[in-house]
Amino acid sequence: MENNLAKDRLRSAIRQFGITRLIIAGFLLALFVIAPFVGVDLVGQITNTINRFSWNAILVLAMVPMVHSGCGLNFGLPLGIISGLLGATLSLQFGFTGLLSFVMAIVIATPFALLLGGGYGWMLNKIKGGEMMVATYVGFSSVAFMCMMWLLLPYSNPTMVWGLSGKGLRTTISLEGYYDKALANLFQINIGKLSIPVGTLAFFALLAFLMWAFLHTKTGTAMTAVGSNPEFAKASGINIDRTRMLSVIMSTWLAAVGILVYEQGFGFIQLYMAPFYMALPAVSAILIGGASVNKASIPNVIIGTFLFQGIVTMTPTVMNSMFHMDMSEVIRVIGSQGMILYALTRKTEGSK
Amino acid sequence: MQNIQKDFFGNQVLTDINFTLGAGEVLGLCGENGAGKSTLMKILFGMDVIRETGGYGGNVLLNGQKVAFATPFDALAAGIGMVHQEFSLIPGFTAKENILLNREPKKHNVISEVFGERLNTLNYKEMDARSAQAIEKMGVQIDADMTISDMPVGHKQFTEIARELSKDQLKLLILDEPTAVLTEKEAEALLQSIRGMSARGIAVIFITHRLHEILSVCSKVIVMRDGCVVRDVPAGKTSVQDITKWMVGRSVQTGAAHAETAVQEKNAKTILSIRNLWVDMPGETVRNVSLDICEGEILGIGGLAGQGKLGIPNGVMGLYEAGGTVEFEGKEIPLNSPRKCLDASLAFVSEDRRGVGLLLDESLEWNVAFPAMQIKEKFLKKYLGGIVKWRDEKAIHAVTTKYIDELMIKCTSSKQKAKELSGGNQQKVCLAKAFALEPKFLFVSEPTRGIDVGAKALVLDALKKFNRESGVTVVMISSELEELRQTCDRIAIVSGGKIAGILPASESSEEFGMLMVSQVK
Repeated sequence: MENNLAKDRLRSAIRQFGITRLIIAGFLLALFVIAPFVGVDLVGQITNTINRFSWNAILVLAMVPMVHSGCGLNFGLPLGIISGLLGATLSLQFGFTGLLSFVMAIVIATPFALLLGGGYGWMLNKIKGGEMMVATYVGFSSVAFMCMMWLLLPYSNPTMVWGLSGKGLRTTISLEGYYDKALANLFQINIGKLSIPVGTLAFFALLAFLMWAFLHTKTGTAMTAVGSNPEFAKASGINIDRTRMLSVIMSTWLAAVGILVYEQGFGFIQLYMAPFYMALPAVSAILIGGASVNKASIPNVIIGTFLFQGIVTMTPTVMNSMFHMDMSEVIRVIGSQGMILYALTRKTEGSK
Repeated sequence: MQNIQKDFFGNQVLTDINFTLGAGEVLGLCGENGAGKSTLMKILFGMDVIRETGGYGGNVLLNGQKVAFATPFDALAAGIGMVHQEFSLIPGFTAKENILLNREPKKHNVISEVFGERLNTLNYKEMDARSAQAIEKMGVQIDADMTISDMPVGHKQFTEIARELSKDQLKLLILDEPTAVLTEKEAEALLQSIRGMSARGIAVIFITHRLHEILSVCSKVIVMRDGCVVRDVPAGKTSVQDITKWMVGRSVQTGAAHAETAVQEKNAKTILSIRNLWVDMPGETVRNVSLDICEGEILGIGGLAGQGKLGIPNGVMGLYEAGGTVEFEGKEIPLNSPRKCLDASLAFVSEDRRGVGLLLDESLEWNVAFPAMQIKEKFLKKYLGGIVKWRDEKAIHAVTTKYIDELMIKCTSSKQKAKELSGGNQQKVCLAKAFALEPKFLFVSEPTRGIDVGAKALVLDALKKFNRESGVTVVMISSELEELRQTCDRIAIVSGGKIAGILPASESSEEFGMLMVSQVK
């Protein structure tokens, strides 16, 4: 009897944590354990993981509002990222430097995010039920459109434009002298070889706290209710379209800020096709974190980003040291795409 | 059929049904919604639902032999045909193709000789002949080459019947409310064809709400109520009045129930006045309703399903497209805007508990407190001069616990998810949600649908108490007349999308029954 009870309790605990999360966490743990034995610099890898976590966490956080309002996972993340890139390039163009250039990039990106997010939200309200598919194409087409615009817009800052013609933006722009490591270097803690970018983490914590707080306000509660049961929300006098629109704008703005934070850690602005590849890792991260298509929380974001980025950092180095071949890309792709596929098959658990 | 019994998860819906039907006889089956007519027919037709919910008790004898159909296919093979309330036709096919679907006469060809029967081509000539024959049997003219999507509703219905008639082995045809969608003329044609079928020796079971049709075509009438056969008489020996009385009246408890009907104040002022309301709610269209509701009363709205009684609250509260004028306390309330109604202190408990009534994936606390939080700004803590409106979890917990105790909601805690509760308890949560809004006026739609007897009494008592103690005007919509008579002061009966009449609850069942069917067309 006793034994059975304990077994039941264990089983329900496992179910609560989620079997997939458990498997991935176990896998990551195994990687950390194996690492020193195959000659990988463990401390370096941990630093790496923490760094990557700090770059990506806000992009993952950007998923939360739209999931709450029932718009599904924001595959249209590139739209927000483009707002961020516009902010970044314009801030550099206007000649801001250092930390100020980072702040100004956010300030300049904001109106773009509001505008593009508003239009995007308006469109999503027209196609209720098919959000995620349309979002994917919105992301793709906005990237394609901006590929042209990056060439055509009259940027002139010599650090950004192509050297020979003096026109059109380069694919990769170095941020040295601008906001490279602007947050990461704030209050950075170094213990031996381990370094922790406290500034970046604190910035994420601030945004995550604001998001958490928002979800506890009247409007945030309404947003969750809209996602949980739109009919109920409508019968309770909530303006569904406006609430969804708000969530899309929030998501787009967070994506804009998220890419700026990513750039300051990475040290480069990546243009053209780069935004294309940002949405899927963010989507898979929040799903690994235990979110579903219509439920997501801040812990989901934190756990998910850590697990996903941990795997992405650790797998290639450890595997390469073990087998001496390059499997990183393959594993990353299988991991992220497979996770999305898995989550979409679980969609029915929600309330639609 | 002998001693037929059926329960859905312990909820007895059919008890001890017995009847016999001879070849060529036409049996009229009538009863209120939920009396068990459809369930009975599903048993006879071997529908999957019956087996999935645990089978049935009793025997079905066909030509003196005991049969038990595991699937509708078996029933079809045994010569039972059924025409359902909803059409099961393929819109893009012609009538002919629909009539003979999957039973088409086929021609052999070279390819099918090699690859098997599935590649036989259809023999259109033979199909023409067979479908024409079936249509002729029916005695109504329809164009066999017209596609279903182009047909008027009546012809679709005839196509369905022709399909059943084209089966050679047909001995018994079940028609489930075939005339509900037909015009009077079409219905007459259908009745004519029923007479023709019976002359050919086909037995027909005819379910309808139009009682005069039963009298004109059937040889025998069975009236069902609450899962029992209350009357089994030859059609010649009864009248519309008798049938309605049997349908509606409870033999035992009539009259005794509402001793405490409140004294109606003659000069009570009108709190809500509805003028020329139309509501476009699928299946429950409201055509032209004008209604005055007095302050402090409980008004019941009754009527048969599909007549528009559910459309009234849904339209007034803005959940479905509506038009007309609604005045509350002398001020006009704009329609199609749930927010404005709620702001005016109206509240609504929807009949669609799981769809509209509840946040199934959220806790009871959220369910109870949400509308009050959004509309009345209750359960909120305000910071920074009201800019930040923080959810007050403590207050929410307190109010939820209060209602859990008051309404005796069975749950593990106030944090339990709404979807984990039983139907009755979910209904109580819906009521708690409306009570927490502290409205001046409350619409309650089908508050007792699908819940057990104990919960029913509790829900009705809670409503009465809420009305009497807080002075809230309540409009309760229900398809169960007896329940309305126990709870309400006055009862309005809706028929054909209009108010057929308003009677005091003490009026006799027959009067209500007459109103219910008065405008069914």
